[in-house]
Amino acid sequence: MLKRPNYKGKLIVVEGIDGSGKSTQIDLLYKWLQLQGKTVYFSEWNSSDLVKSTTRLGKDEKMFTPTTFSLLQATDFCDRWENHILPLLKAGAVVLADRYAFTAYARDVARGVDPHWIRNLYSFAFQPDLAFYFRVPLDVAVERITSARAKIKYYEAGMDLGLSENKITSFRLFQQRIIDEYEKMIAEFGLTVIDGTLPVEIQQKEIRKLVTKGLRGWASLPNPNAPRPARRPARRSPAPATPQKENSQ
Amino acid sequence: MSQGTFFGAGFPYRSLGDLPGKLVVLEGSDGVGRSTHIQLLRAWLESEGYAVSDTGLTRSPLTSPGLDAAKQGHTLGPRTLSLFYATDFADRLENNIIPALKAGFIVLSDRYFYSIIARDMVRGADPDWARKVYGFALVPDLVFYLRADVQTLVTHIVHGRGFSYWESGMDIRCADNLYDSFCVYQSRLIDQFDKMSEEYGFINVDATHSIASIQDTLKKQIRTLLETP
Repeated sequence: MLKRPNYKGKLIVVEGIDGSGKSTQIDLLYKWLQLQGKTVYFSEWNSSDLVKSTTRLGKDEKMFTPTTFSLLQATDFCDRWENHILPLLKAGAVVLADRYAFTAYARDVARGVDPHWIRNLYSFAFQPDLAFYFRVPLDVAVERITSARAKIKYYEAGMDLGLSENKITSFRLFQQRIIDEYEKMIAEFGLTVIDGTLPVEIQQKEIRKLVTKGLRGWASLPNPNAPRPARRPARRSPAPATPQKENSQ
Repeated sequence: MSQGTFFGAGFPYRSLGDLPGKLVVLEGSDGVGRSTHIQLLRAWLESEGYAVSDTGLTRSPLTSPGLDAAKQGHTLGPRTLSLFYATDFADRLENNIIPALKAGFIVLSDRYFYSIIARDMVRGADPDWARKVYGFALVPDLVFYLRADVQTLVTHIVHGRGFSYWESGMDIRCADNLYDSFCVYQSRLIDQFDKMSEEYGFINVDATHSIASIQDTLKKQIRTLLETP
């Protein structure tokens, strides 16, 4: 487990391989929590403005080694941590993260870095209140990725590891290694496993149930922009558990 | 160094092989004269017939543009800065220092990760965390610590490049002006270097002496290293 100091907010993260459906689910959760009148902040892996140009350079020029790729992603995470995630957790917001330290623990180890080294690198991050791991068989993920996107990217396929000349084959070998690392982390970090092969709305129902339970009795930071139903819960029926279906991929 | 050793796990995905070169590090405060001594050492070593490669913090082509830009802004947090430097360091180690050592070069490194750790400590980082980040770093053959008091640094800075935001630690604002902040910040860094000196076995060199006398000290140690089989 990561450290768990006291802070007012709640941290909820989603993890899983590419094509596991985690981003779809966290997007639905984000909108639902907003409708509940919660103060919600969303942070995505590799999205720091400060680090963006360096990541772009490294990817375009294929300059990364497993260690520099790992360190730069940690830099990206840390920038988001110092400027957004930590202050918002302290302020009392719900922070949702699409990928978290566990992504590095899985992916960078699959790339060959030392598991203890990478665990130290992210040890400043807090243990989430809820960490969902979207488990899907490799074939399902590959099918989703190849049908939804033009092509798999070089580093996403782990082409830098020289596992195979063929991008799909390399992707499969690399993602399987990542799955193996995730599976080991379920117990280590108390990840909540979600069956990513179930229909989107069934998964979302389960997630909302667990989030509701996780937030029970907790007072969110007041949201002055909250929609009316959340401000006057007494006049309404209890929180609707009916998920709105949205475009899923 | 022949068989390189790492502070921690190194780079588990690559075998290092034989490293016939030597890694020589010059550490010390801002304005202590490291780059002058590296230039002089380089000329001397080349005249003796050795191939020399030099490197220094923030020179990685991967991180240099992004890190420069980040340092111009005001959102760069202390740990983010530290990790950016770690990325720079790792890139130069894997793509620059190790290949040069493999080719039998003498690598003169203007600072190593010790400087980064010293800065981290002054900014309140956990010492254990910071040290473990550099588990991938090679143990150098020699680390010289050019040590000078703050007043000597001030003299060099005034007659050199002038006081700067980062060298004065203005991100943590040790005082309300560049000069006072420089003095406080640099003395805190010196404390950290002094602590590390014993821990990592630095060779302490009194940098208040003349350039020629410092060169003599450095050359003597390097010659011994090169003559050791």
